Amino acid sequence: MQDAANDAGDLDVRSTVDLTLAVNGEDHRLEVPARTTLLDALRDRLHLNGTKKGCGIGQCGACTVLLDGQRVNACLVLAVMAEGRHITTIEGLHGPAGELHPLQQAFIDHDGFQCGYCTPGQIMSGVACIAEGHAGSRAEIRQHMSGNICRCGAYVNIVAAIEATAGGADR
Amino acid sequence: MGVIGQPVPRVDGPAKVAGKATYAAEFHPEGLAYAATVRATVPHGRVASFDTTGAEALPGVIAVLTHENAPRLPWQPVEQAPVDPGGGEQLKPLQSDRILFAGQPIALVVAESQEAARDAASRVRFTCIAEAGAGLIFDPARARPPSEGTQESYPAEWERGDTEGALAASAVQVEGDYLQPRLYHNAMEPHATIAAWDTDGGLTLWDKSQWVDNFRDQIARNFGLDENEVRVISPFVGGAFGAALRCWPHVTLAAMAAKVVERPVRLELTRRELYTSIGFRPQTLQNVRLGADGDGRLRGIVQTAWGLTSAYEDYGEEVLDPTGMLYDAESAKTVYRLVEVDTNTPTPMRGPGAVTGVFAMEMAIDELADAAGIDPLEFRLRNYAERDRKKDLPFSSKALRDCYATAARRFGWEKRNPERRSMRADGMLVGYGMASAVWPAMRSPASVRVRLFANGTAVVRTAASDMGPGTYTSMTQVAAEMLDLPMERVTFELGDSTLPMAPVHGGSMTMASVGSAVAAGCTRLCQEIGRLGDAKDGEHPVETLKRLRRDSFEVEGKAEPGKEAETHSSYAFGAVFAEVRVDPDLGTVRVSRLVGAYDGGVIVNPRTARSQAIGGMVQGIGMALMEAGEWDERLGRVMNANLAEYLVPVHADIEELDAVFVESEDRILNPLGVKGIAEIALCGVAPAIANAVWHATGLRIRELPLTPDRLLMAEEWAEGMPA
Repeated sequence: MQDAANDAGDLDVRSTVDLTLAVNGEDHRLEVPARTTLLDALRDRLHLNGTKKGCGIGQCGACTVLLDGQRVNACLVLAVMAEGRHITTIEGLHGPAGELHPLQQAFIDHDGFQCGYCTPGQIMSGVACIAEGHAGSRAEIRQHMSGNICRCGAYVNIVAAIEATAGGADR
Repeated sequence: MGVIGQPVPRVDGPAKVAGKATYAAEFHPEGLAYAATVRATVPHGRVASFDTTGAEALPGVIAVLTHENAPRLPWQPVEQAPVDPGGGEQLKPLQSDRILFAGQPIALVVAESQEAARDAASRVRFTCIAEAGAGLIFDPARARPPSEGTQESYPAEWERGDTEGALAASAVQVEGDYLQPRLYHNAMEPHATIAAWDTDGGLTLWDKSQWVDNFRDQIARNFGLDENEVRVISPFVGGAFGAALRCWPHVTLAAMAAKVVERPVRLELTRRELYTSIGFRPQTLQNVRLGADGDGRLRGIVQTAWGLTSAYEDYGEEVLDPTGMLYDAESAKTVYRLVEVDTNTPTPMRGPGAVTGVFAMEMAIDELADAAGIDPLEFRLRNYAERDRKKDLPFSSKALRDCYATAARRFGWEKRNPERRSMRADGMLVGYGMASAVWPAMRSPASVRVRLFANGTAVVRTAASDMGPGTYTSMTQVAAEMLDLPMERVTFELGDSTLPMAPVHGGSMTMASVGSAVAAGCTRLCQEIGRLGDAKDGEHPVETLKRLRRDSFEVEGKAEPGKEAETHSSYAFGAVFAEVRVDPDLGTVRVSRLVGAYDGGVIVNPRTARSQAIGGMVQGIGMALMEAGEWDERLGRVMNANLAEYLVPVHADIEELDAVFVESEDRILNPLGVKGIAEIALCGVAPAIANAVWHATGLRIRELPLTPDRLLMAEEWAEGMPA
């Protein structure tokens, strides 16, 4: 459905686009306004609620997902920009038999959360932090995880979970 | 050994790490429409006119509501909820043209998508007429006593003994003014309401709530419904810290919009809107005067507080509750005043009142100890209160001495050189500081429903909440122990107003209140099954049920406080020790270590309790070093209403945190012996850090947060600094 009501001077942000998003290995066809963020597409259209909205303007990290393996804030990516790329969300992190990813299990073991709202973003960011080779020490983890805010203040437990998982990955 | 007291992992952990825990904005009822608000631009006045044609012309827009076309709600009188301010009248959105603060919702757009709703909201044209209000400057010269009816909680004046005489006769005296700015909860989950009316006129709300029963009652009154016609569902709360106690105006707005468009409507607040749509910890100025004799015995305490409130509600807090009971002083006096500002109404934020009052008191005590030439810890021990001299009652339990000793030992307090600016490491000034912490231990009536099945499983239900401390987990532990079942066979359900009544999930009293009800319900269940089956001693109720060929059996359980508050004073206590590193060139402060020891009564789950404690420490570091809502005194707006400019601690700010619980139980307060730990974990952190900064630098910065500019601009900064 094309939006004919745009003023002449406006960007055509309200027009609808057809696109296919490859989320967790599965293709999803969507018709969304061109201005729809990847975050809102995931939450409001695909009902993949695991990716959280904490601020919507790239300041909190709750919506961290992987785009072709790189961590991004899904609120700062338009859905159209994610077409043709591999999107991984918290719902796609589990193993082939549905078992938790080692970092998910480590978050449970180290009690790396309280309310759980920042948790999917912390875990996605942590997975990337380890993959980037930025989990060599607690100090390094802290630096490279600082885009993910946890207001409940579980930081030391999150760092412990990432450190333990990275150590396990090295061995 | 029972499961109470065991550090078991969270029962909701697997859901939370998999993204399967569902928060308020994440329900998707059929036909859901999306709402966005338009906000007042002046701090006091009237909306003169609207032009909604541009908004209504956008595709996908379903309705634009303003006070001109919104339904007038019955807004029946409601029995004052204890989480609401004691005086004034709450904001009734879209019910008149009145503007009470900048950022007040004055229009609401409902559309087919969130994008269209927000787009259209930005195209609603309106004019506001500014009028003179209470004022925008927090000026103690305009202060007044709290209104009648609220003074039981926070009296305008209170005095024991002759404080002026005692101060005049004191060998050492100190006086200081302490300022704490506006602080914002900034829970990670934005507040959101999804409202859906059914064809019978009933209303379902999916919401972020620390008290679903309160939301149900308030919304029922606002819309003239029976309580049983409103259902509030809130299975997971993404942090709240007090922000989700009250049924804020946006909840009413969502329900109103859903009624008008005859579809379910979601209203999810933006981060910016959270600075005006819910409350905040009020800016508070305090003056503390202390006097002691030559041996460091406290003779007089006078603590005065000026707290900010809105111009339409009388929000006060028990800032001065600790003043009369924390130390064994010969005399004490408190004065409490409110200052009206044209702003949204403040609300409780973790440790409301006590966190603010203890910040000033514990900095002042440190100054007095220094003036008397006595070690700060020794000074506190010399004035240790064995009895609450304010209420003139014995404590139901108090292990603060153990807290001091345990934390001091783990911290290595004996290595502290008493001389300020005397310790250095890695080119940094090192400071050690400490503070006490205190929070009233409370309890409210609560009820549960417990059902035991013959297959050996059980379900416990109550309208409680879990904003993160681990209610699901700790209540499962209590029930499993009382029913003598493995934890994995017990399910605990909460967050639904159709479940048995539970009190507010706040004030650190969930375990004391709901936990006691869970224990009572489980005990009653076992007794009734035993009686029914004439069971012999030692027969598990599941066996009795099988013998009786019953599939299941259910009872209600209730627990409520007795008269213990008349005979005893109940508090949780703590001691916090901080090590800071201050850059002598830049004035930056880092907290390199925090050690806290807490007397929180029986600890049901040491793992989740430790998380709560270190979480409080993190928020305390924020309060001490970075958090402040910056207020524009000309426009009446918070200038840094976002998470990039209102600074909260991030990973890089947090180093070593050590939290322990001393041996403690309080069976006078409740049968489980718990006291609560949420608030105590934040109390005392900021003054411990400020005292450490003094020890490192010689600067008494009495205004939070301790940002580099405050250190660098202090006159004493340059004096004696290393070259």
